[in-house]
Amino acid sequence: MSAHHDDHHHAPDGHGRALRLGVGGPVGSGKTALVAALCRVLGPSTRLGVVTNDIYTTEDADFLRAAGVLDGERILAVETGCCPHTAIRDDIAANLDAVETLEHRFGPLDLVIVESGGDNLTATFSRGLADRQIFVLDVSGGDKVPRKGGPGVTTADLLVVNKTDLAPMVGADLGVMARDAAAVRGDRPVLFTSIRREPEVAKVAAWVSVQLRAWSERPVSAG
Amino acid sequence: MHPALLLLTDSRLPAGGHAHSGGAEQAVASGAVHDLPSLSAFLRGRLHTSGRVATAFAAACCAACGAARAAPDAPPGTPPWTGLDAEADARTASPAQRAASRIQGRLLLRVARRVWPAPALDSLALAVPDPHHPVALGAAAHAAGASPGDAALAAAYHAVTGPATAAARLLGLDPVEVHRLLADLAPDLKELASLVSGPETAWAELSAHSAPALDLLAERHARAAVRLFVS
Ligand SMILES: Nc1nc2c(ncn2[C@@H]2O[C@H](COP(=O)(O)OP(=O)(O)OP(=O)(O)O)[C@@H](O)[C@H]2O)c(=O)[nH]1
Ligand SMILES: [Mg+2]
Repeated sequence: MSAHHDDHHHAPDGHGRALRLGVGGPVGSGKTALVAALCRVLGPSTRLGVVTNDIYTTEDADFLRAAGVLDGERILAVETGCCPHTAIRDDIAANLDAVETLEHRFGPLDLVIVESGGDNLTATFSRGLADRQIFVLDVSGGDKVPRKGGPGVTTADLLVVNKTDLAPMVGADLGVMARDAAAVRGDRPVLFTSIRREPEVAKVAAWVSVQLRAWSERPVSAG
Repeated sequence: MHPALLLLTDSRLPAGGHAHSGGAEQAVASGAVHDLPSLSAFLRGRLHTSGRVATAFAAACCAACGAARAAPDAPPGTPPWTGLDAEADARTASPAQRAASRIQGRLLLRVARRVWPAPALDSLALAVPDPHHPVALGAAAHAAGASPGDAALAAAYHAVTGPATAAARLLGLDPVEVHRLLADLAPDLKELASLVSGPETAWAELSAHSAPALDLLAERHARAAVRLFVS
């Protein structure tokens, strides 16, 4: 080991670093599809990095690399040892390290997206890891899910209800989902998507762009 | 025992430890660990080999923070981090185990610098940004106000609790029985911590026990296509 490296443990106040966006939600709801879409849409105008948290393999990272939406080196996979929610909420060390590694290697970056391993309705990101978070549900889980609530549904900065194309097939009522989500979320936004039908995810990308602008324009003293 | 040690050894310490099994996942995958008696043997073996080395280094690094023995070209009072870390490296044969130890060391160092800010931790981060875990643990223990003996106890405890929890999850073992195994190891933990030598000990004299089976498990784990734990 050679001596006198740069000391790149970041200060926690967040000044001068990328916006960190968490993408969480149950298994298979479309998190990776959304991350891929955001990279495709925002990539040309945004300096990006992605961290994935697969449960068993590096599948999500491999998928994103194969999709060619982002230079493969800008995608890091974190292993979470049986507990995907621990890695985004209680012990965020490995994820934070991956985010900072990306910023150190490729920085300055504008946006680092952290995709959680698929988990349950209580899994949310620590504010120490994610500045903003999106919770992705899918309609095939049943239109009762927003009513069931849980911190992911109620507190995420943006709730995305994906796979609306499947609603007729599973008998899900999108109106019920919108009403129940509004009831537990107050003013916080909800967007319905079908990434299959509309891979540009225009509404979600627009929401992320607004967050990016607010982040880059925030006062210096703010965290 | 200093109360800060409770924080340093708590599995809820947000320093990334939950994602490491210390070879237990591969031991389970290979069938070597499959029930409580085989887990007990695994833990005892781990404690008295790599655990023993970790114990010696955590104590030595904690003591080095207290001693005035400075690195040759560093400001006075700077512990000889690169030398100590190289000694730990030389005792870790498996590259996968080195990597696992260094990532855990780096994450612990990050947490410790925020929780117990101290010049010794800053100098460690500057000299070795990703130190071996026992090196970081010794430095963190000193920053938290604990003694070398405390640091040793924490290292010994860390050597067995992570693998025990991982095995409980992977095999669906009764968690109370797994904790009974850990409790049975208490005399061994105490013994290891008491073996720790003083700050005047030459580094070459520090424990150099090895466990080839753990090295092989670590290497196999790093190459496994499917795994839950980092190591
Ligand atoms: N019909 C339909 N399928 C979709 C849509 N979005 C994603 N999918 C499919 O749903 C499956 C799961 O999508 P992923 O993006 O891998 O889901 P994920 O949430 O990342 O899954 P995990 O990371 O395993 O939890 C894939 O086969 C996608 O092609 C959609 O809008 N409609
Ligand atoms: Mg995914």
